[in-house]
Amino acid sequence: MIPARILAFILVLALLALPAIVPPFFVTLMSHIGISTLVVLGLVLLTGIGGMMSFGQAAFVGIAAYTTGWLTTALGWSPWLGLVFALALTAASALAIGAITLRLGGHFLPLSTIAWGLSIYYLFGNLEPLGRHSGLLNIPPIALGPISFMSQTAMYYLIWVVALLAMAFSLNLLDSREGRALRLLRGGTHLMGSVGMDIFGTRLRVFLIAGIFAGLAGWLYAHMTRFISPAPFEVKVSIEYLLMAMTGGASQVVGAALGASVIVLIKNWLQDLLPHLTNNPAQLEQVAFALMLILILRFARSGLMPLILKLVRRSPHPVRPEAGELPKRQLPMHGAPVLEVDTVERRFGGLTAVNKVSFDVRAGEIVGLIGPNGAGKSTMFNLITRTLSVSSGTVRFMGQDTSRLSQRDIAALGCARTFQHVKLRQGMTLIDNVVAGTYLRTDAGYIRSGLRLDRAEEERARLEAYRRLEQVGLSERAYDLAGDLPLGQQRVLEIARALALDPVLLILDEPAAGLRKKEKDALAELLNKLRGEGLTILIVEHDMDFVMNLVDRLVVMVFGQKLREGDPATIRRDPAVQEAYLGGLA
Amino acid sequence: MTWDIMLILLVDGLSTGAIYLLAGLGFVLVFSVTRVIFIPSGDIAAFAALTLAAFQSRMIPGSIWLVAGMAVLACLAECTTLLRNGAARQVPRAIFFYAVLPLIPCGVGLAIASHDVPEALRIATTIGLILPMGVLIDRLTLRPLADASTLILFIVAIAVHFLIAGIGLIAFGPEGVRTTPILDGMVPLPGDILIPAQQVLMMVVALLLSLVFYLFFGRSITGKALRATASNRVGARLMGIRPERAAAAAYLIASALAAVVGILIAPITTMYYDSGFMIGLKASVGAIIGGMASYPITAIGSVFIGILESWASFVASDYKEIIIFSVVIPVLIWRSFAVHRDSDEEIEELA
Repeated sequence: MIPARILAFILVLALLALPAIVPPFFVTLMSHIGISTLVVLGLVLLTGIGGMMSFGQAAFVGIAAYTTGWLTTALGWSPWLGLVFALALTAASALAIGAITLRLGGHFLPLSTIAWGLSIYYLFGNLEPLGRHSGLLNIPPIALGPISFMSQTAMYYLIWVVALLAMAFSLNLLDSREGRALRLLRGGTHLMGSVGMDIFGTRLRVFLIAGIFAGLAGWLYAHMTRFISPAPFEVKVSIEYLLMAMTGGASQVVGAALGASVIVLIKNWLQDLLPHLTNNPAQLEQVAFALMLILILRFARSGLMPLILKLVRRSPHPVRPEAGELPKRQLPMHGAPVLEVDTVERRFGGLTAVNKVSFDVRAGEIVGLIGPNGAGKSTMFNLITRTLSVSSGTVRFMGQDTSRLSQRDIAALGCARTFQHVKLRQGMTLIDNVVAGTYLRTDAGYIRSGLRLDRAEEERARLEAYRRLEQVGLSERAYDLAGDLPLGQQRVLEIARALALDPVLLILDEPAAGLRKKEKDALAELLNKLRGEGLTILIVEHDMDFVMNLVDRLVVMVFGQKLREGDPATIRRDPAVQEAYLGGLA
Repeated sequence: MTWDIMLILLVDGLSTGAIYLLAGLGFVLVFSVTRVIFIPSGDIAAFAALTLAAFQSRMIPGSIWLVAGMAVLACLAECTTLLRNGAARQVPRAIFFYAVLPLIPCGVGLAIASHDVPEALRIATTIGLILPMGVLIDRLTLRPLADASTLILFIVAIAVHFLIAGIGLIAFGPEGVRTTPILDGMVPLPGDILIPAQQVLMMVVALLLSLVFYLFFGRSITGKALRATASNRVGARLMGIRPERAAAAAYLIASALAAVVGILIAPITTMYYDSGFMIGLKASVGAIIGGMASYPITAIGSVFIGILESWASFVASDYKEIIIFSVVIPVLIWRSFAVHRDSDEEIEELA
C-alpha cells in the first residue's frame, strides 16, 4: 500500500523525465494520450459521475480545433487568440445544446447527442472555408514569447501541464459542495430537490465543463498536429473516448488518464500489427474496439481503476473540531404556526386523492398524519414537500404560500424530509451523505471549489455533518459506506442528512415501515430527543402503534378526507377511527 | 420549384419514407419489448442487400459465414448457460434453435449460390439468411446484459453496430452493390411524369406489411404476448409469457423487416457494408417521433423524414444529413415533455 500523494508525485516525476528516456515517437504518443485524457476527463464527470451520456464529445473537440485552425490560418491570428475563441465557441455550443437537450430523460439524451454530434461532423465536411473533407493545412505552432511549442517535446509538456491541471481541478471539484451535487445526480430529482440542489443547473454546468475540457483538447490537437480534417471528430471517435472512460473506470478522475493510455497504446499496437494481417486495418481496429467495449460493459463495468486503488492508501479526511460553525437559523417561537394546510384538494383526473383537508403544525410539536392504505397520506406528503401541486386550497409554510415555490425553495425555507424508500448514495460514506444536506448553508461555486479555495467552508460543513451524525448516534461509523448500514440505520442516516439542512420542520414519510421493534423504539427515542431540542416534526405514518406514544397530536385521514384530529388517547378511543382502521366491527 | 419536381420529390420521399417506416416499426417493436434501441438493424438491412447482390452475381455471400459463425457461438453460449443452470434437458432444443435452424438457410445459400435459380428463390434465401441475425446478435451481445440500465444497453447497441459493420467489411468486401430491380419499367403519373416501378413497389410493400403488422398485433396470440411484455414485463412473466421468447420474436420480426428494407432499397441506392448506420439512424428518427412506442405515429414520422430527406437533397444536398439530424432535436424535446411530464422520479442509473 502506497499513500496516494506519494504515488501521484512519482507519476508526475515520471511524466517530467519521460522525454529524456524514451524515443521521440513515444513522446508524440504520450501527447495524444494527454489530449485524449482531457476529453475522457469530461466524460468521467458527465457520464461516470453525472449519469449523462454523450456521443458528441469528439464534435466539441472539433469545434475548438476548427475555430483555432481557421482563425490562425485564414486570418493569421495568434494561437492564443485562437484559444480564447475556441473555448468561447465550444462553451457557447455546450451551453446552447445543453440548455435544449439536458432536460431530456432516459435514452432520449444519448440519442440527441448522436444527432448533434453527426450534424456538427457533417458541417465540418461541407463548409467551404473549413476546407471540406480535405481540412485545414499549415496551422501554426503555439509560441509563448521566445518559447516555441513547435517541437514535440515542448508540446508534450504543454499538453500534460493542461491535462494534469484539469485532473486536479476535477479532483478538487468532486471533493466539494458542487461535486456532491454532481454525485447526487444519479440519485434522482427528489433526492436533490430535498437538499435544495438544482438538478438542471448541475447537469448544465457539468456538461459545460466536459465541453470546455474537450475544447482545450481540440486547441492542443490542432496546434500539435498542425493539420485538421473532419475524421477525428466523428461519432465513432466519441465512442473511442467512451471506451477509454469505461476502460479506466468511468467514475474515476485518474481512470481517465489510465483508460486513455491503455486505449491509445492498444490502438498504436493495432495500427502496427493489423496492416500485416489485412487490407482493411481501420475497420478491423473498429471491430477490436467495439468488441472491447462490449466485453468491458459485460464483465468489468468498473474498469481498471479498482485494481490500482487496491494498491493505494488514501487517508480519510478527518473532521476538525476547531473548524467553526455554519450559520444557524432562528427557530420560531414554541407554538407559532409552522405549517398551515388550508382546504387543500388534489385531483388526478376524476379521482380526488385529497379532498378539502385542513390542519396545521405548530413549532415544537410532533404531529402524526395517519390513515389506512389509500387514505391520501402520501399525496398529502407530496403536496407539502412540493413534489406535487395542489389543485385548490393553500399550503403555507412559515407564513408563505407554497403554491409557487419549488422543492428547493421549500428546503431553503427550512422544510427537510426523509423518504419512504430510503434515498442514499450507497457508495458514499455516511459523512459525505450528510454533508450533502448542508448545500443550502454553504456557497462555494465551481471555480472556488476547483481551485481549492473552499476549504474553510468545507471544514465547517464537514464538522456540521459530523455533529448531526453524533446527534443521531451514528458518528462511530462516519467513514463507513452508507450501503453497509442496515435499513433501520439508513433511515436514521436520512434524518441526519435532513438535520444538516438546519430545518424548522422535519417531515418523515413512513419512517417505521420495514423496521423491527427495537429499531422503532430507537427511532421514537431519537425523534423525542429532537423535539426536546426545539424541532417541529410531522410524521406521515401507517403504523398506529409507532406514533401513538410519540406524537402530541394526530390527524386521521380516510378516503382523502380528514376524519378526526386530536390527542392520541382520544383518537384511539374514537369509534369512527376504529372503524376506518378495522373495517367496521359490526 | 415546379409542380413536376414537387411531385417527383414527393414520390421519392414517400418511397424513402416507406423504407424508414418498415425499419421504424422494427425499432419500436424491439424497443418496447427489450428497451434496446436496436441501431444494428440498419446494418442487417445493408447485409440483406449485399447478400442478394452476391447471389445475383453468382457468388457466395459473406453473410453465410457470418450467420454460421454467430450460430455456433450463440449455440455455445446458450448451452453453457443451460448447463451451468443445470438445465441439461433443454440443450437439444437450444442446439436446434440456435444452430440447426440458422444453418438451414446457410446450406441452401451454399447450394444455390453458383446456380441459375429463379429470382424468388434468391430473395427467399436472402430473407432466410437475414432472419436469424437479430436473434443471434441479441443472444451474443445484449441478452447477457438484459438487466442493465437503458443507458448501458444503448452503448452496447451502438458498439454492436461498429462491431458488425466492421465484420461486414470482412464478409462482403468494400465494393458497393446495386441489385437488379424486382420490378422493371416506369409507371406513368398524370402530367407526363414517369416514376420507377420499383418505387411503387416499395410503397405498396410498406403499406401491406404495415397492415400485416397491425393485424398481427391486434389479433394473434404472439402479437398480444409481445404487447403485454412491452407494457409490463413482470406482469407478462406472471401470465406465463417468457420475456426471452418475446425478445426473440421481436428480434425475428425486426430482422425480417430489415431484410425487406435491404431488398427493396438495393435496386435504387448503392449499398456498402456500412450503409446501414445511416438507414438505421434515420429510421430511428421516425421511431423517436413515435416516442419509441406508437406504431401509427412512427409511420407518420418515417414518411415525414423520407419527404424531408428528398426535399433536402434537392435544395441543399450537401447539408442533407445535417438538416435531418437537426430535426431530431426539437422532436426529442417535444417527446421528452410528452413522456416525462407526469413522472417526477428519475431512474437510478448504474454504470
